[in-house]
Amino acid sequence: MPRGGPNVGHMIQNLRILVVEPNPERVREIVDALSEAGWSDVKALAQISALDRTVKDFAPDIVLIDLANPDRDTLEHISYATETTKRAVALFVDQTDDDLTQAALNAGVSAYVVDGLKMERIKAVLQTAIARFKIMRQMQSELDAAKQALEDRKTIDRAKGILMRQRGMSEDDAYNLLRKTAMGQNKKVIDVAQALVTAAELLS
Amino acid sequence: MSDTVLNCGYVPLVDCAPLVIAKELGFAAEEGLSLNLLRQPSWSALRDLLAAGHLDAAQMLSPMPVAMSMGLGGMPARIDTLMVLSVNGTVFGVSNALRAELGPVLFGDADALLAALAARGGAPLRIGVPFHYSMHRLLLSYWTSAAPGLAIEEITVPPPRMADAVADGFVDAFWVGEPWGSLAVHQSVAELMMTGRDVWQFAPEKVLAARHDWVEANEDIVRRLMRAIYQAAAWLDTPRNKPLAVEILGRSEHLSLSPYLIDPALTGHLSPSPTASPAVVPRFLQFHNHAASFPWRSQAAWIADQLGADVGGMEKAKACFRSDLYRRNLSGIGADMPGASEKEEGALRVETDVASTRGHMILAPDAFFDGRTFDFSSENR
Repeated sequence: MPRGGPNVGHMIQNLRILVVEPNPERVREIVDALSEAGWSDVKALAQISALDRTVKDFAPDIVLIDLANPDRDTLEHISYATETTKRAVALFVDQTDDDLTQAALNAGVSAYVVDGLKMERIKAVLQTAIARFKIMRQMQSELDAAKQALEDRKTIDRAKGILMRQRGMSEDDAYNLLRKTAMGQNKKVIDVAQALVTAAELLS
Repeated sequence: MSDTVLNCGYVPLVDCAPLVIAKELGFAAEEGLSLNLLRQPSWSALRDLLAAGHLDAAQMLSPMPVAMSMGLGGMPARIDTLMVLSVNGTVFGVSNALRAELGPVLFGDADALLAALAARGGAPLRIGVPFHYSMHRLLLSYWTSAAPGLAIEEITVPPPRMADAVADGFVDAFWVGEPWGSLAVHQSVAELMMTGRDVWQFAPEKVLAARHDWVEANEDIVRRLMRAIYQAAAWLDTPRNKPLAVEILGRSEHLSLSPYLIDPALTGHLSPSPTASPAVVPRFLQFHNHAASFPWRSQAAWIADQLGADVGGMEKAKACFRSDLYRRNLSGIGADMPGASEKEEGALRVETDVASTRGHMILAPDAFFDGRTFDFSSENR
């Protein structure tokens, strides 16, 4: 039984949703979010090469795909080739709804809507997808930030090592020199460290 | 005064070079612009972000602004072509299995190749192209329509995956921009049979595009952007700069391609197969010479005609190739340009001297493989 969700009712039931996404974890996130909001007829597809057949067999009403997925161009093409699929997958959301288009773009979701669906029906699905994509994007950027911080730390350690070796400094002094230089040049410590590491590589 | 920051979308192909060079060599900075180059995962994504205003300008496949202005495709919008970024630069290649069936065909012989493919019979030929609204696809359709018996199936494959698609047997052949054709050869999974210019000798390939409303509202920025790109294109087409261009593009974070993959496109020395010696293709990829960056309205008309435009669509298509802006914005920096904004496409079989704003200029051949010509000027329609 569908539960929660503002628009649950006979209107939006039996909407078939196809999610194109190679990452199983992300698929689970999206499918969970959709089923929590009341849509259970959801299918996930990792490989676009099977899309042609899947669209024909599963006959989805909406196809959801990450904006950054390179397979989007293939999906676009399949949407023009109506004679092979019979059911045209058309439209990138609905261009008349500018706010929804913007929200989808910002969250990184693209939706392909099959012919003849009313915008109100699509909207609820999209809003759920947008909310979920936003969270996933947030998690991704946090993960990226953590990775970057780790990389920066390694570079700074290498720069400190170079100073310690070449100028016989203690670790604290080496770090303080990097910091002072950065402040003097109005740069970040990581930039100075990177420059030092690059210079050392060139000279070695 | 701090630089105006422009968000520019691009797809990492060799022919995004004018954008990268404009940024890296300071042509943009000279115009007070800071180009924020944003790599896009697909043409659809680039198109959506441009139409929605997240990108100010973008490198596009030349049919994209035409199709969008005509209301075709997933995201219709009024998009202008400010100038042509590159002419030619694509290759047609076949899988090793298909090559073995074709018998002797000389590299670059579009007629013989078409005849060999048509004589083969059997199941429809599966041909990979990067995008539906691409010059690749239009040239493929135009070329194969000369052989009515040849059945083809057009399959959209993201270019970086083209070599894998042909290796896995997912496609039998492909039409793709460099470096992806050379990569397939390098991996010994395909042989190049001809280049795009064997079908149309002067095909506008990529363009610099922006939203029409944005162009109208940002006259000065548009002028500076066009000047910067014009200078970058002129630099790229100077022979002595090519080795440096290969190096700069190879080092650039924007492309992340090895120099050996960039070199063939920029120098026009293409290796059709791992064992063949390189073929020299003049004007394989042109950025500036022979008025390459001039957006001919007749080029837009040819594209629109291929897309099945009616009279209204044809007018919209022509209007979105902004030869008027090109004239207005680039005459001040001494750019020479043709006297007319339309030509009879396909009529030039040899290099031809024509009237230009500074006297005369030499236009490169623009003939089609079948010798047809297209005159879209209103008095001839």
